[in-house]
Amino acid sequence: MKILVGVKRVVDYAVKVRVQNNTVDLKNIKMSLNPFCEIAVEEAVRLKEQKVADEVVAMTIGPKQATETLRTALAMGADRAIHIMTDLRTDYMELQPFAVSQIFQKIVEEEKSDLVLLGKQGIDSDCGQTGPMLAGLLDWPQITFAANIETDGTSMTVERETDSGTETIKIPQLPAVVTCDLRLNEPRYATLPNIMKAKKKKVDTRVAEDMGIDLSPRNQVLEVFEPAPRKEGIMVEDIDSLIDKLKNEAGVIA
Amino acid sequence: MLSRTSRTLLSKTTNHRWASTLVVAEPLSKDGSLSAGTQSTVTAAQQLGGDSLTLLVEKMPAQIPEGVSQVLVSGNNGLSEFASSAVQVAASAENYGHIVAPASKFGSTIVPRIAALLSLSPVTDVIEVVSPDTFVRPIYAGNALAKVQASDATKLLSVRPTSFDKTPLVDAGDVAVTELDVPAFDKSEFVSASAGNDDKVDLGSASKVVSGGRGLKSGDNFVLLDALATKLSDCAVGASRAAVDAGMAPNDTQVGQTGKVVAPDLYVAVGISGAIQHLSGMKDSKTIVAINTDPEAPIFSVADYGLQADLFEAVPELTEKL
Repeated sequence: MKILVGVKRVVDYAVKVRVQNNTVDLKNIKMSLNPFCEIAVEEAVRLKEQKVADEVVAMTIGPKQATETLRTALAMGADRAIHIMTDLRTDYMELQPFAVSQIFQKIVEEEKSDLVLLGKQGIDSDCGQTGPMLAGLLDWPQITFAANIETDGTSMTVERETDSGTETIKIPQLPAVVTCDLRLNEPRYATLPNIMKAKKKKVDTRVAEDMGIDLSPRNQVLEVFEPAPRKEGIMVEDIDSLIDKLKNEAGVIA
Repeated sequence: MLSRTSRTLLSKTTNHRWASTLVVAEPLSKDGSLSAGTQSTVTAAQQLGGDSLTLLVEKMPAQIPEGVSQVLVSGNNGLSEFASSAVQVAASAENYGHIVAPASKFGSTIVPRIAALLSLSPVTDVIEVVSPDTFVRPIYAGNALAKVQASDATKLLSVRPTSFDKTPLVDAGDVAVTELDVPAFDKSEFVSASAGNDDKVDLGSASKVVSGGRGLKSGDNFVLLDALATKLSDCAVGASRAAVDAGMAPNDTQVGQTGKVVAPDLYVAVGISGAIQHLSGMKDSKTIVAINTDPEAPIFSVADYGLQADLFEAVPELTEKL
């Protein structure tokens, strides 16, 4: 079973972004591997360690610096990587899921992948679209918000999160696209020996603009602005004052 | 409703582009009624300027949202691929100006697949309709908002239910109902769904929410919040990602950027530090209360009323005195 894992370079989750000049200012901002992509890489590597998968290929779409993101995936255990190079912004401003999923489709078809693992959403664009969109393009079965995956390399049973709890879906025959949620696993830290080994692993580079796909955004971002700030609150002394405020000022309890 | 011939005549004589709006309903509640999320989605749909509103459901409910003039019934085999296909079938029979679903886990799973099937680029998690082709959606955990103009002829959207009031339900009466013939998707099989606690107040639609974070120290301590929620009435219990991560609360109670977004009248954050990602899931609540021993906790920056106290004393005291 060949696994393709999508990894995205995003603004680090701990950073509070600033809106400047009608866009989100990314200058000198700390970037990291998207947390949900990290979970996807971990799952792929575990499947290889269980001898269910033969090969794990990590793929990213992004600028030159996105190679660092691929190196992290390689250090975690991916075998080789594909870097689709583009300077277009990947946080929804320019490159959007409609184009991203078509890029993935092309690579999946070339690589003849059996399983595509993606994070459930990028924490920059907060779209969560690439997984099901890619599955739709390929006419493959799709599972979103995977919390547990069991597979022998041919069929797969997945427990997934739903709005009201969980449900179990069986895919009798791969290939499939699965997006990964929080409970699926806890990603490993890459050890120093593995980080060194990763430097020797193969990274193939392609240029997004040369792939014959229209990369222009169908949804044009006209304006980016900060949400209205909340009115400043107060500290209360004790429970009695809190109840008083909730009853008589906020009017939320009888 | 005008017949197809009359509509064609009307559009030829007045240059009016007849376009209906299709609202995709979430699965029905256990009692067979439409979800609150569906009702809010209809409200958003009514702001899109379509000539009529069609509702796509799995099964015919007894009551439908006010303003819906046609209902399509697809059936449901538990698969998102089937639900996506149902929309494709509906869209093949009618040229919709807009197709709209709630931005829940259900909607977020089918909208992108529908996008691929219909070759559309969706705008998801819409919090405001500016015009029939321009929408506002949050990015970066809601720390930035993007005003987006869609260029596809049919706009495919998902909307954040907490941003739109619920359209009231009325008896279905003799609204036009059509059954769709949706092909089966045999590459996946629905096996089972978790039992789900029917007694729980629904987190997505409760007027009050009490949430627990890592400060609760263990899942057992969540009973303190259950008691408070019961006393408050129409109150759901939520959790921070840290609490869910630590196994203290189930995943479907997670409030945050990558969990549920809630906007109740009252949100009480107990033992929650207030990470960016959590704030993005509750900062539109009307009144926010925070109880935490750490006066520097970021949660206090969004709280209307902050109480620096030990939750193990404060919460039982609050429950008792209410």
